[in-house]
Amino acid sequence: MAEKILTARFETPDSHLLNTYQADGGYTALKKALTMKPEEVIELVKASGLRGRGGAGFPAGLKWSFVPKEAEKPKYLCVNADEGEPGTFKDRYLMELDPHAVIEGSAIACYAFGAHIAYIYVRGEFKVPMERMEQALAEAREAGLVGKNILDSGFDFDMWVHPGAGAYVCGEETALIESNEGHRGMPRLKPPFPAVVGLFGGPTVVNNVETLAFVPHIMNQGAEWFAKLGPERNGGTKMYGVSGHVKKPGIYELPMGTSLKEIIYDVCGGIRGDHELKAVIPGGSSTPVLTPDEIDVAMDFDSLAKIGTMLGSGAIIVMDETTCMVRAITRLAKFYSHESCGQCTPCREGLAWIHQVLVRIEGGQGREGDIDLLLDICDNVQGNTICPLGDACAMPVRGFIKKFRPEFEEHIQKAGCPIGPFPAPWAGSAKG
Amino acid sequence: MSTPNGQAFTVKPETAQAIDEILGHYPVKEAALLPALHKVQDEIGWLPVAAMDWVADRLELPRVRVYGVASFYTMFRRQQPGRHRLEICTNLSCSLMGAEHLREYLCRKLGIQPGKTTADGRITLSEVECLGSCGTAPVMLVDDEFVENLDPQKVDKILADLEARDHG
Repeated sequence: MAEKILTARFETPDSHLLNTYQADGGYTALKKALTMKPEEVIELVKASGLRGRGGAGFPAGLKWSFVPKEAEKPKYLCVNADEGEPGTFKDRYLMELDPHAVIEGSAIACYAFGAHIAYIYVRGEFKVPMERMEQALAEAREAGLVGKNILDSGFDFDMWVHPGAGAYVCGEETALIESNEGHRGMPRLKPPFPAVVGLFGGPTVVNNVETLAFVPHIMNQGAEWFAKLGPERNGGTKMYGVSGHVKKPGIYELPMGTSLKEIIYDVCGGIRGDHELKAVIPGGSSTPVLTPDEIDVAMDFDSLAKIGTMLGSGAIIVMDETTCMVRAITRLAKFYSHESCGQCTPCREGLAWIHQVLVRIEGGQGREGDIDLLLDICDNVQGNTICPLGDACAMPVRGFIKKFRPEFEEHIQKAGCPIGPFPAPWAGSAKG
Repeated sequence: MSTPNGQAFTVKPETAQAIDEILGHYPVKEAALLPALHKVQDEIGWLPVAAMDWVADRLELPRVRVYGVASFYTMFRRQQPGRHRLEICTNLSCSLMGAEHLREYLCRKLGIQPGKTTADGRITLSEVECLGSCGTAPVMLVDDEFVENLDPQKVDKILADLEARDHG
């Protein structure tokens, strides 16, 4: 079995408590970092090649290095724990089962680019993860690991939980900043980028929970160790989240670049009820869908980009032969349409229109030309909005049409869905 | 700042204290708006106008700023819900595992459509977007608590437990 890093403590009893964490070497990385120069910490993380686990895969060390050294306003770290991309459920477990790793990673990040306050923006529905984070922060504060002059280093570091309240768009970094400031979550135009003008007008870094949880390990074991865990430019392990029609769904930490086929058939035990695989969304609902002949692919940023899709958050949604592809993308379009913040016309109007056209195709009222109409709307949405939410809908719509166009055509020609609703697993043969 | 029956709206001292403590986490008061609304909603179950006005005054914000934020986020309830809230996810990973059937099952058993409350005011049913628990789909929040790997038997048990809690 491959080496587990982020999830290594998940099975340990009371893994969320400070004692458990410290008994396993917790906070030694922070001690080490505080003896280094901040720029040395940035260089180390840069050298490791750690790429952001939230979706975009941007190198974390590089992001930190964009923060100006001298700034008039205070600098901030925002930890993105909004975890809203459908199919994604990894950060929840990190916060519940290893909250001190998130705190330690955040403290090191703040030290590196010169921030003294971090906010962890947790989606509002995650009550238990929030409680665990708050409990862990209280313990760390008590132990002098959070607060003024941490570990007698002269460095001040504070961290607070900021609850979201049910808005997917707040996972976008500038919407998250707006929401952290007490506003509606409406993304900001970039530039200026958050590294220059972010939270409360100060230079700000927004990093995903999983990204930060790697930082203590990189401090302790080195950049080279981390880089070698995965393929070139795709170092580390990845917490893959598998949902849908596999026998054993769940979170699996595996070397970055593990084959998608291996994840589905070996790690997750294959398709439930030994059905045939029909489609896989590899990295969360906004990433273009793959067909069974495409799953012999390494699950890393660059390999997936090469075949026209994305690693995203590593959220794998598996669909078997009983699944209607039009119904699947219609459900996702409903989600994106609902979550549009409404400030850009192409997204606000376009996504609702895409959903409406898909509903009529699935419902048997599809018209000749509807498929091209969908593609045309996608053209008018993509690249024409402030944030990528519109693209996040257009990309999978295009992907489903590209890979399953005959199924869309059949819906229109037969004036109805040839497959029907998603079957209930408890209804009989589909039970896995 | 008063309720329809003329009484001044106020929250429990511990809620007010928790909000004052949260104000200290931020350089500006308005940044505490989301957590403050959560605290008040946690206490009284929803956010009537009087509650939003109370938060506005506490944070020294124009009332319209608070209404604007409260209406943007789906978790802030501006209508009074039933005593219990069932929020079922029907996004893709849950629907692949039968969530749409469970939604229909709940509608039949409760005799209401999603977004509605039973006539006795006991249960509000909502259909919600991805809850970030896709590996244990289908999932539902029962009064903010995650219930995972749902099937019709589990739904029956949830309803029976709520019944026992209310009438047992």
